[in-house]
Amino acid sequence: MKRILTIALLLTGLLSSNQAQAEEMLNGAGATFPYPVYSAWANEYNKITGIKLNYQSIGSGGGIKQITERTVDFGASDKPLKPEELAKANLIQFPAVIGGVVPVVNIAGIKAGELKLDSDTMCKIYMGEVKTWSDPKIKGMNPKLNLPDNAITVVHRSDGSGTTAIFTDYLSDVCPAWKEKVGAGTSVSWPAGIGGKGNEGVANYVQQQANSIGYVEFAYAKQNNLTHTVLKNHAGTFVEPSFASFEDAAATANFDPKKDFYLWLNDAPGKKSWPIAGATFILLGKEKKDSNIKVVKFFDWAFKNGDAKAKELVYVPLPKSLKAKVQAYWKANGIQ
Amino acid sequence: MAIAPKKNIPELLFYSLTAVASFTVIIFIIGIIAVLLKESSLAIGKFGVVGFLTSTAWNPVTGMFGAATTIYGTFLTTGLALLFAIPTAIGIAIFVTEIAPNYLKAPIGIAIELLAAIPSIIYGMWGLFTLAPIMSKYIEPALQNSIGKLPLVGILFEGTPMGIDLLTASVILAIMIIPFTASIARDSFNLTPSVVKESAYAIGATKWEVVKNVVLPYSKLGVFGGVALSLGRALGETMAVAFVLGNSHKIATSLFDAASTITVSLANEFTEADSDIYLSSLYYLALVLFVMSFIILAIAKFFLLKAEKKYSR
Repeated sequence: MKRILTIALLLTGLLSSNQAQAEEMLNGAGATFPYPVYSAWANEYNKITGIKLNYQSIGSGGGIKQITERTVDFGASDKPLKPEELAKANLIQFPAVIGGVVPVVNIAGIKAGELKLDSDTMCKIYMGEVKTWSDPKIKGMNPKLNLPDNAITVVHRSDGSGTTAIFTDYLSDVCPAWKEKVGAGTSVSWPAGIGGKGNEGVANYVQQQANSIGYVEFAYAKQNNLTHTVLKNHAGTFVEPSFASFEDAAATANFDPKKDFYLWLNDAPGKKSWPIAGATFILLGKEKKDSNIKVVKFFDWAFKNGDAKAKELVYVPLPKSLKAKVQAYWKANGIQ
Repeated sequence: MAIAPKKNIPELLFYSLTAVASFTVIIFIIGIIAVLLKESSLAIGKFGVVGFLTSTAWNPVTGMFGAATTIYGTFLTTGLALLFAIPTAIGIAIFVTEIAPNYLKAPIGIAIELLAAIPSIIYGMWGLFTLAPIMSKYIEPALQNSIGKLPLVGILFEGTPMGIDLLTASVILAIMIIPFTASIARDSFNLTPSVVKESAYAIGATKWEVVKNVVLPYSKLGVFGGVALSLGRALGETMAVAFVLGNSHKIATSLFDAASTITVSLANEFTEADSDIYLSSLYYLALVLFVMSFIILAIAKFFLLKAEKKYSR
């Protein structure tokens, strides 16, 4: 009996403390990709300000839907909405954090960062046109590597995902044939290869299957020490995937506040830019000034204090110049 | 049915509570159908019914969708799983009820029930990380080198064995539905009157003859019920196969091809379906599965009733 009483007391205590904070709650929903960094920021923000952030990672599509119906304070999407789409739903949009996509391979004797590929070869591999690792196209770029004469196993995502959207947008950008035959989207009708579910599915496949190539999120490749490749970017230099090369892509790409930052970050023009990347975006209902100010306050705090935490989780913070643009955009919309 | 005057109010309360509980189910079902119809109306309008059911297109980029590949995959994985599961399950049930010594019956029974209690996502992860590599390294190449060499059936074993394919998914599904079929079969075997069995033994029948001529005919109905239940379970199973089927919208001709089922497509694509027609087509798929499950359960029920009538005569 005593125990029941203590439990009951504890529960009432918990419930009442929850109620006290209920008014200081921000609700967000959307993309799964930035969920770890948003919740890490939210955790620290809560410690400082007492404001709670409740972010539900239901997917970009769901995030767009929820903010369009105004059931949350902010939506999050890996896919930028076009200015006309935003106008239709009376939304505003800004980037919050950058993510990248990295090709990973499993070829005997080849270590991380050794294999060089360019955009045309990537495209032809995923089209199923370049079929073996000893193809002259690949050999020509990698004269020193001992490439096997084996067939390439192409691995892609089987589930719909922002990672696929970024990757297929990159292929569409750099390769007219891809744009015409396949196109870009969260899931596409793949001309070649096999599908793995999630980053873990693709990585697992690549590790199991000799002579395979796949693509995963930068964070996933880094944390699991997968064998990434080097890629030739728009400026013609071979670059490694790193914080620096992603930041360079974000800094040199033309994010335009007038277009509500609508941009796929692929094939950025900078010399050190990694070519396959994307920002993940926050969507706000234009007329909801009060809650927007609170949401913006949180992201402003995160821009100023959250870079270390983001990097710890292998997310790429926005470069300074882009942060300044976003802050100016907030001011222009009267929410900061 | 006579209600004593004293108990009137509690009895009435009891009746109405149970009635409300039952009607809630019907309301839920109607609600689900209504939501599915409403959300899929866009796709129904664009692709029609026959057009959607027969189209093998599935291209989110161009917005062209059809259900043929996923319906095909659903039937194929379910059929294969039943093919693997039914003999195994009946074997288990016969062993437990007729052959095993008493001290083995309890542990095997508990093991079967434990198998049924494992969440399907665990099967999915186990399938991806453990079973798939074993299949691609050992079992599938072995199959390819033996049965795969035969004419006609050889085509079923073509292609590079990747481990993420119809065969692996069906094996996992089979493992998942074995406990259902086995425990129901076991319970119905146990219902065979021991007088009948003992009479058979008394006239000199062997164990095999008793099982074949007495137990199996006597419990046909129950076994069939168990199979119908497993069929329903296999049709709707999602997480166990979502990882190992590859979600490929193509008509597979080999057991080593990746494929997709309706539930696998829903689980894989729902969260990131970012255009209206895409989302609507996924709802349409869900509606198709709903109707399919309904029809299959109705057929199973029909046969059960028919068998019951014949049996009770």
